[in-house]
Amino acid sequence: MKETAANFIAKSTIKAADKEHRRKINFNIGKYNAVVPQGKEQFTDVQLARERAKNIKWRAIEALDKQLEDFELTITRRGAKVIWAEDAQQALDAIQKICEAKGCKTLVKSKSMVTEEIHLNDFLEKIGIESVETDLGEYIQQLDGEPPYHIVTPAMHKSKEDVARLFAEKLGTDPKATPQQLTLTARKILRDKYVQADIGVTGANFIISDIGGIAVTENEGNARLSCAFPKTHIVIAGIEKVIPSMHDLALFWPLLSTFGTGQNVTVYNTIVTGPRQENEKDGPEEMYVILLDNGRTNILANEKQRESLYCIRCGACLNACPVYKNIGGHAYGATYSGPIGSVITPHLRGMEEWKHLSHASSLCGNCTEVCAVKINLHELLLDNRHEAAQEGYAPFAEKMIWKVWRIAMLRRSWMNMANGNMKTRLINKVAGSWTSHRGKLDFPQKSFNQQWKEKMGSK
Amino acid sequence: MANSTGMNVQLFIPCFIDQLYPETAFNMIKVLEKAGCTVSYNTSQTCCGQPAFNAGFWEESKAVCSKFLKDFEGTDLIVAPSASCAGFVKNYYSKLFDNSSMHHAVTELSNRIHEFSDFMVNILGIENVGASLKGKATYHDSCAGLRECRIKKEPRKLLANVKGLELTEMNDVETCCGFGGTFAVKFEHISIGMGEQKVENALATGAEYLISTDHSCLMHLQGYINQKGYHLKTMHIADVMASGW
Repeated sequence: MKETAANFIAKSTIKAADKEHRRKINFNIGKYNAVVPQGKEQFTDVQLARERAKNIKWRAIEALDKQLEDFELTITRRGAKVIWAEDAQQALDAIQKICEAKGCKTLVKSKSMVTEEIHLNDFLEKIGIESVETDLGEYIQQLDGEPPYHIVTPAMHKSKEDVARLFAEKLGTDPKATPQQLTLTARKILRDKYVQADIGVTGANFIISDIGGIAVTENEGNARLSCAFPKTHIVIAGIEKVIPSMHDLALFWPLLSTFGTGQNVTVYNTIVTGPRQENEKDGPEEMYVILLDNGRTNILANEKQRESLYCIRCGACLNACPVYKNIGGHAYGATYSGPIGSVITPHLRGMEEWKHLSHASSLCGNCTEVCAVKINLHELLLDNRHEAAQEGYAPFAEKMIWKVWRIAMLRRSWMNMANGNMKTRLINKVAGSWTSHRGKLDFPQKSFNQQWKEKMGSK
Repeated sequence: MANSTGMNVQLFIPCFIDQLYPETAFNMIKVLEKAGCTVSYNTSQTCCGQPAFNAGFWEESKAVCSKFLKDFEGTDLIVAPSASCAGFVKNYYSKLFDNSSMHHAVTELSNRIHEFSDFMVNILGIENVGASLKGKATYHDSCAGLRECRIKKEPRKLLANVKGLELTEMNDVETCCGFGGTFAVKFEHISIGMGEQKVENALATGAEYLISTDHSCLMHLQGYINQKGYHLKTMHIADVMASGW
């Protein structure tokens, strides 16, 4: 077994038995489940809205090269610089170069999964730059030295008591402080950081092709400050984030909000189309947009998997996934957890190392049911399993099992050969781990098939 | 219950029902015959091909699916005591036989095959089979029932007409029980964690019976229940429908 798979089994085994973890996650996802139906009410036909969104993303991804070039052309005209990064290292090198040119000591950033993907904070720390997370959830995670637990709600696994303890330990606040007091503490610290920061880094929820802009969705205003306050704004976005037109936001903003948090629309939605223009009073002096591939073109090249690039990272599939709810976001060991993570990680980081994630699913199909853009997530997991088998990554014993299974299933007589006692012995031996928590399987002496034949024969 | 439908039906008895729960197959036959169906069973049938498909071994699966297509040729409707297997034939054969000469046969087969409660309610129009079972029960929506066969009301309608049976709904009723085929063995601890929550939700209703359309879910849950020594009995819906008469 690969190390990644062994780690996954070890971590998920611990979490699945952790009742306190289960309680917190069920509580937080329960709150989400209660509000999402309210958000959906804003759509006259939510199914149609999802289909339209899928269609728009299909159009964007099928013409991805042109969409991105149009974006580049238009935003460049307004003075932004676009950098194409094939992998994480190229993105990091570009950021380092900008930081050095600006003499950057402190950098503020908004929540962005793609910066997690390239491990930006670790990198900046190594080159002596302070990087401060300004989203409250991310700030909590940064204080705790943990990656985000969830792509939308990074500290979902922490209760308010957990956060109060953490703040007390790291910032010396009252261990019994209320969430409001804790928020004010964080706000005060972060405001100072905004003033000190030379560079602001954000992700992009959407890359808007026609107007050459990026759109950022958030609830705290921290991303807007990160865009606007420091002298330099760096955007890092995966190339799949494209939508063809600004008009598409009329659909995608409410869709992302509803499926992400149950809101009709999030509190702050910002479109940025370049640095400060000549006639403008505020905004950064310079803006850079780093368009990151980092394995996404592998998915683009794979016709079956391509639709996973439609994902708008709303997190609905995580909240709907019984596996995610049992093992939590960290057990996956990947930047993107939950069903979408299990679908894309093998293509971003290698099938052999990450194929186990596609098997760690009961295929209940609830992810597909809730996906805002109707990605057939559980079918893509099946496609991944198929790809892994075709590439020969299954263990030898498993390959043999299916060969024998095929022979047996093609000859009915084989299924009637053994009596119940023999089957009971054999199956319970083979299915070893089945029995440890579920007891033995008891086979009746004769199969239905045998009994039917005897009954019909005697008539 | 009307017993003059006179419909010919083919039985599909999935491999694990055949091997582990033959009485459920006989109970389904008993109900179908009472409903006036003439039941036939092709004794050469084996499996729908789902296990290998889900494991990623599509070539092996396709060989078995081809046999299934042959075993179930004809125009009779097909009834199976499993939403998982019926759902697989309905939704995934088309993936395997895409762009092949079998395309039409597969489309036609997917329309002919029905899960038992779907068949009773939507095809025969029968909601009361005259069954009786005393006690409190809760119904578990199998994922395949809910999301592959799109049945939710059907089993509940049948159960609502069982004399003496008091039906209550559990929390998170649409959440997977954690079986998931090889998942239950490969990722046993996650599977057990999911099963535990399902069983705890069922117990919280005070039910004595946990009923579903799928023995695959129930075999996993009953195993867990037995280990814990809980007073809760899983029952296949066909077994419930054949009770008391």
